[in-house]
Amino acid sequence: MRQVLARAIGGVAIIGLIAGAAACNSGSSSDDTASEGNCGYKLAFFGALTGSAANLGVNIEQGFELAIDQYNKAKGSTCIEVAKFDSQGEASVAPGVARSLVADKKIIGIVGPPFSGESEAADPIFESAGIPTITPSATRVSLSSKGWKVFHRAVANDDAQGPAAAAYIKDNLKATKVFVADDQSAYGAGLADVVKTKLGSLVVATDKTEGDGKQADFSALVQKVSSSGATALFYGGYYTNAGIIRKQLTAAGWKGTLLGGDGMKDPGLSKASGVQAAVGTVVTCPCSPPEAAGGTFVNDYKAKWNQDAGTYSDVAFDAANVFLQGIDAGNTTPQKLNDYLKTVNYKGIANTYKFTETGELDPNFIKVWAFKFDSSGDAKADVEIKTS
Amino acid sequence: MDFSGLIDNFGPLTVTGLAQGAIIALFALGYTLVYGVLRLINFAHSEVFLLGTYACLFAWGLFGLDQNSAAPAVGPMLLYMVVGLVAAIIVSGAAALTVEFVAYRPLRRRNAPPLAFLITAIGASLFISEVVGVATHRNQTGVPPIIQARPVFTIGDTTVTNLQILIVLLALVMMFALDRFINGSRLGRGVRAVAQNPDSAALMGVNKSRVIALVFLLGGLMAGIAAVMYDLKIGVTRYDAGFLLGIDAFTAAVLGGIGNLRGALLGGLLLGVLQNYAAGLFGSQWLHAASFVLLVVILLFRPTGLLGESLGRARA
Amino acid sequence: MSEKASFRTSGGVRGWFGRQPWYVRAVVILVFTVLAYLLPYAGDVPLIGPQIITEGVDWPSALFNMSYYVLLALGLNVVVGYAGLLDLGYVGFFAVGAYGTALLTSPDSVIYADTGWKWLMAVPAALVLTMIAGVILGWPTLRLRGDYLAIVTLGFAEIIRIVATSTTTLRGDRGFASIPHPPGSWNGEPIFGVTDAIPYFWLGLTVIILVILGVRNLDRSRVGRSWLAIREDEEAAEVMGVRTFKYKLWAFAIGAFIGGLGGVLFAGEQSFINSQTFVLQFSILVLAGVVMGGSGNMAGAILGGVLISYIPDRLRGLSFGDTDLYEYRFAIFGAAIILIMVLRPQGLIPSRRRAMELKDREKEVAPQ
Repeated sequence: MRQVLARAIGGVAIIGLIAGAAACNSGSSSDDTASEGNCGYKLAFFGALTGSAANLGVNIEQGFELAIDQYNKAKGSTCIEVAKFDSQGEASVAPGVARSLVADKKIIGIVGPPFSGESEAADPIFESAGIPTITPSATRVSLSSKGWKVFHRAVANDDAQGPAAAAYIKDNLKATKVFVADDQSAYGAGLADVVKTKLGSLVVATDKTEGDGKQADFSALVQKVSSSGATALFYGGYYTNAGIIRKQLTAAGWKGTLLGGDGMKDPGLSKASGVQAAVGTVVTCPCSPPEAAGGTFVNDYKAKWNQDAGTYSDVAFDAANVFLQGIDAGNTTPQKLNDYLKTVNYKGIANTYKFTETGELDPNFIKVWAFKFDSSGDAKADVEIKTS
Repeated sequence: MDFSGLIDNFGPLTVTGLAQGAIIALFALGYTLVYGVLRLINFAHSEVFLLGTYACLFAWGLFGLDQNSAAPAVGPMLLYMVVGLVAAIIVSGAAALTVEFVAYRPLRRRNAPPLAFLITAIGASLFISEVVGVATHRNQTGVPPIIQARPVFTIGDTTVTNLQILIVLLALVMMFALDRFINGSRLGRGVRAVAQNPDSAALMGVNKSRVIALVFLLGGLMAGIAAVMYDLKIGVTRYDAGFLLGIDAFTAAVLGGIGNLRGALLGGLLLGVLQNYAAGLFGSQWLHAASFVLLVVILLFRPTGLLGESLGRARA
Repeated sequence: MSEKASFRTSGGVRGWFGRQPWYVRAVVILVFTVLAYLLPYAGDVPLIGPQIITEGVDWPSALFNMSYYVLLALGLNVVVGYAGLLDLGYVGFFAVGAYGTALLTSPDSVIYADTGWKWLMAVPAALVLTMIAGVILGWPTLRLRGDYLAIVTLGFAEIIRIVATSTTTLRGDRGFASIPHPPGSWNGEPIFGVTDAIPYFWLGLTVIILVILGVRNLDRSRVGRSWLAIREDEEAAEVMGVRTFKYKLWAFAIGAFIGGLGGVLFAGEQSFINSQTFVLQFSILVLAGVVMGGSGNMAGAILGGVLISYIPDRLRGLSFGDTDLYEYRFAIFGAAIILIMVLRPQGLIPSRRRAMELKDREKEVAPQ
């Protein structure tokens, strides 16, 4: 009898769990479009909000949401709605999420996907639905060669940044012994490979690490760097691993300079390593310093989210503004908005945005800057890198 | 193949490997203790460790220390170490007991099949690490430099730092103390009795539930110490740090012979050193692959690990 | 008392089902099958429908995800539930299936120039590959007992992941793009396109039904009885003349085959795979599904496979008051696992046979 009772309770509990979940189902998939003043549409963020890559995704989402917030405030109403789609940063999750995104007919533009892997899986779906995308951070070169008409990239691809980083190491840092390592991500390995080729004989040794969240003890790498006699370490990867590596290098007494790409341009690096250790770390970024644009982005971001703007927050902010400007000009269907992107020439806080036929940034507008971590714990503009 | 990466760095790789191995060994004790008594892989042990890494950070935060603080002088340093260790031990111990009471004890009462325990452990592990992940916005947290690594002595090109000595010594001391406790004390005898035969032990008047709670508590204590050492050595923690090191620790426990305390120590040290050698030889990306290859090879020749199984039998 | 008789005399739905004449059972099964195929349209059912379907993930895609999780659960159920071998690295086989397909069909593959096959041609080759992988893993390791096997299989899956990440041939995080979809067209449009996941779900469901039929036959044959004997007492089985090693290897190979099927379907739907999918957590999750549903019982494994995919997906778009709960969904999922296991230690749909074994054991337990 007790067993039956237990079973009944178990069953009821599970049904209750599901029903409870169902009860707070926030359904909202009405298809009514059209409204006055170019309002009543949605812009979507597509990317990782949970999972191990979430910190990057959240940076981007918050920059994106800030832009729309400011726009709505200026309009005095919730004119453009924010829609968030959590791909967990995983290619295996992305298609289902992308299909649910395209089912919402109010969405006329997408900021994302942040990573190249999920872009490969999700962009074909956006392409067939004809919704324009601007990715703030997926830098794999091959993405623009797939013939996707809706694909736009608000940053320079890996081919632009690698040579600039190498040039900085050679010309500005004047390092003669360089150690190159990467985290084997498509982004990090791609970047490191270009740097290796460009630096040629300056590279004294190389290594590879596991990705973010897959390795925490870098003592072997640290030891190799120290014993190689290198005065500079270029790490192709994200700030998560870079912060630990910087800290462990300092603890082991290595005094050289850590360099990296825009994936390391995040205050999270110094939060992990401690400001002292991070000072002097150089990151290159195919973007202009936000403070140079004269806007209030840095302070606005901090005020809204109670944390510093991170990697790509500014690019996402710009990408959202590109869309908002287009909508303001009356481009209120995905098709029109996509056509608008072909002609856009928008000066944002991180860059000037003009797209080529394949959705790449116009090469004439690509500027690569070096940023240096200072005692504020954030990367501040250092010099613009001349590449030619 | 390029052997220079290994040969040139052989000494330093050994030393840093031993330090990492000592942390792994302390962590592995939790798996081995619980397994020895309950024949259960306590997956949630990795999160017991994780909570320890955050507990000592929290305690240091109360003193106003964060990743940007300067390294303290010797006096305050000792105070911080004691406070950090106490905080981590309390939190990890409490977490281990909580997991036992919430996730395992109800199952034991209902005579659940062994696999059910494994799954609640997985559930508990997922729950704890996700809650920590949400609470920390999945960001990393830097550790204040409580102990500044300073070279103590140098042999050839191998420098040994104070931190490395501390970690290895602490691991050995804890190991010895635990060994004495299990083999020498009255409570320890109870643990061994339950490990050998739970039913007879119960018939002989050993309070099985209390022994099991004790075992979880001991594992939690060791994980707490390992967590502080981890914080000091790695310098950063994150919500998935426990899972990551947990795999290593579990591998070490099996390598040495799961259920065998000395085996955990041997397995941990061996694993730490070997991972470093593999990273030197093949590149850091092969570090974890190497540990599993070693594990498979050793299990093929010694199917119950290097020192054999069983908490009770190994030195009855 | 034979097993069947015990089914009939027991109460509950399964008892009722067992007592019915064959045609009633056939009708019931048919109705359920048809309903399963109609699942993508569940959202159109008034009142209940909107509560069932997922938000934030397209419902047919969520169904497809469930279908490969179910396949994995069914395969792992053969290994864990039938043969009693604890496998913590089962996703390794899923990876081998997916990578096999990708290597043979993706333009990014180094052997594409020689093969350049269509998806359908790659399927048998990839499946053979996974079975070989199963035997390669099983041959040396199946002599290990219980938990040692668990850690070795876990290591095996990690090695596969690391090799996939770190070798240039397998392209790591860069992955394989443009893996062809399954063949077929309807009115000039390909059936298996990119926007509609319903055909993929139907394909997955069909494969699941075939697997169920196959495994059911095996379980009732000499092989199944040998597995039972091994699970209960390996030494006794050996003494009675069961060639335990051979049947354990069979279980591994069959489990690998089914896992490989999941991988092949996955690659065909995604058209892009990289090494990030095949993480250890995935293996552990599938095992949790099998045990949660009821290890040793196909209905249970199916339910478990559905739940581990459905619960996190369903919890998207969930809110409590004004707070969005999507961030917490894996934490809630973890708590749900504990709750389910504590309330139903034998799983949601326990295997009758195992429940009886358990009862036997209960009698032997000494007083606490």
